[in-house]
Amino acid sequence: MSNVRVLVGTRKGAFILTSDGARKRWKVSGPHFAGWEIYHLKGSPVNPDRIYASQTSAWFGQIIQRSDDGGKNWSTPGSSPEELQSSNGMPKGESNKFVYDTSPGTGKPITTHQWYDGTQHPWEFKRVWHLEPSLHDPDHVYAGVEDAAIFESKDAGKSWHELAGLRGSDTGPKWQPGAGGMCLHTILLDSKNPQRIFVAISAAGAFRTNDSGKTWKPINSGLHSEYIPDPNAEVGHCVHRIAMHPSRPNTLFMQKHWDVMRSDDAGDSWREVSGNLPSDFGFPIDVHAHEPETIYVVPIKSDSEHYPPSGRLRVYRSRTGGNEWEGLTKGLPQRNCYVNVLRDAMSVDSLEPCGVYFGTTGGQVYASMDAGDKWKPIVRDLPAVLSVEVQTLQ
Amino acid sequence: MIRVILPPNLRSLAHIEGEVGLELNGTLTQRSLLDAVEAKYPMLRGTMRDHVTQVRRPMVRYFACGEDLSHESPDTPLPDAIANGAEPFLIIGAIAGG
Repeated sequence: MSNVRVLVGTRKGAFILTSDGARKRWKVSGPHFAGWEIYHLKGSPVNPDRIYASQTSAWFGQIIQRSDDGGKNWSTPGSSPEELQSSNGMPKGESNKFVYDTSPGTGKPITTHQWYDGTQHPWEFKRVWHLEPSLHDPDHVYAGVEDAAIFESKDAGKSWHELAGLRGSDTGPKWQPGAGGMCLHTILLDSKNPQRIFVAISAAGAFRTNDSGKTWKPINSGLHSEYIPDPNAEVGHCVHRIAMHPSRPNTLFMQKHWDVMRSDDAGDSWREVSGNLPSDFGFPIDVHAHEPETIYVVPIKSDSEHYPPSGRLRVYRSRTGGNEWEGLTKGLPQRNCYVNVLRDAMSVDSLEPCGVYFGTTGGQVYASMDAGDKWKPIVRDLPAVLSVEVQTLQ
Repeated sequence: MIRVILPPNLRSLAHIEGEVGLELNGTLTQRSLLDAVEAKYPMLRGTMRDHVTQVRRPMVRYFACGEDLSHESPDTPLPDAIANGAEPFLIIGAIAGG
């Protein structure tokens, strides 16, 4: 029988929720890394017990943690006694070393981006927002960071190297931070083409590489953002999240600052599919595990409120790949609810029927075991939830 | 024995209970002390000072013998009381919010 493991990152630690395939009773473990912000945890699809975690603090910076036993024990990669020192006797401890590539030979790295006031501002590493383990090698993992860049590790998180072609593209000086900072928050790996990767940056847009990260192309044609000087600009769009079903890597879904979008040509062109949503602002977007045309969003009131419209927490589901949406409310609070659902805080399992999970800034993790028809909290009163990832374990 | 007290978050990160004890030869400075702490606990690299520049992180401060040494040169000798272990060297997270 399958089991399910839900990895929850919060403002004050990580929590791991486990259940058998019935998904009725949940065991909560944690807090792990108590007191630290855990932006994201994600397991390797090759070895689900290999989990990477981004642990961060305004005081003490970025830490990468790794578990090789499904989250029971954690360590900072490369800090075991036999790995403490390099051959020249110097301490390693480079698992939390994220240094932008400034070498001239790897992508002409730039050194500034646009600041809130339009001036240029130096790139400054702040934290890892998102970790994306390789589909093929548990030691290979990508990291999306703030200020926006993509790093990779091929030694299970012991050392990190920037894929500088992204930041070194000629659009970099036009990237700018959103309210949450200038973050690379989404990394999608193409299961059919190992060399193709999609990323999304707030506020720059979506980008694609076809050569494993050496070169990148902005893929924002069709996006329209009234809040920037040129609403149809090549970059500068505040993309909140993109999602893809693994069986159809040419079809991408996007929750933009405003507008829900869809592309059927791997991002070369986008069209709006917001349809009848009560608000087309929101953060997460995800795809049903077995139905590539069934997608989920959580409409949020904005620009500044960032809570559900009318105080009613509703997930919206489209079974037609957008445009036609139905509000899902059973089991969700329908009055006086003013939480937010952040961009990395929704995920699905691959059981039948598909389970859908999301976490709120109020500390609840809601789950639906019937693809969204009915919801219930599987844990509540956690610290504000930053991320939710689900592992379906055989 | 040189004594170093880390903030709780770094103690938990490095799996340390209580003080850190160090045996060092030569003139004791902030730099040599922090080098030794990081050598003993590599997971702390980058948490107190920048990986590359070695500049103190903005929200970390150093205290010794009742004095704030955060803005001293990292190569200034530390007080004898720190070198002989009579007093601990304190690394603390800046008070921010509450």
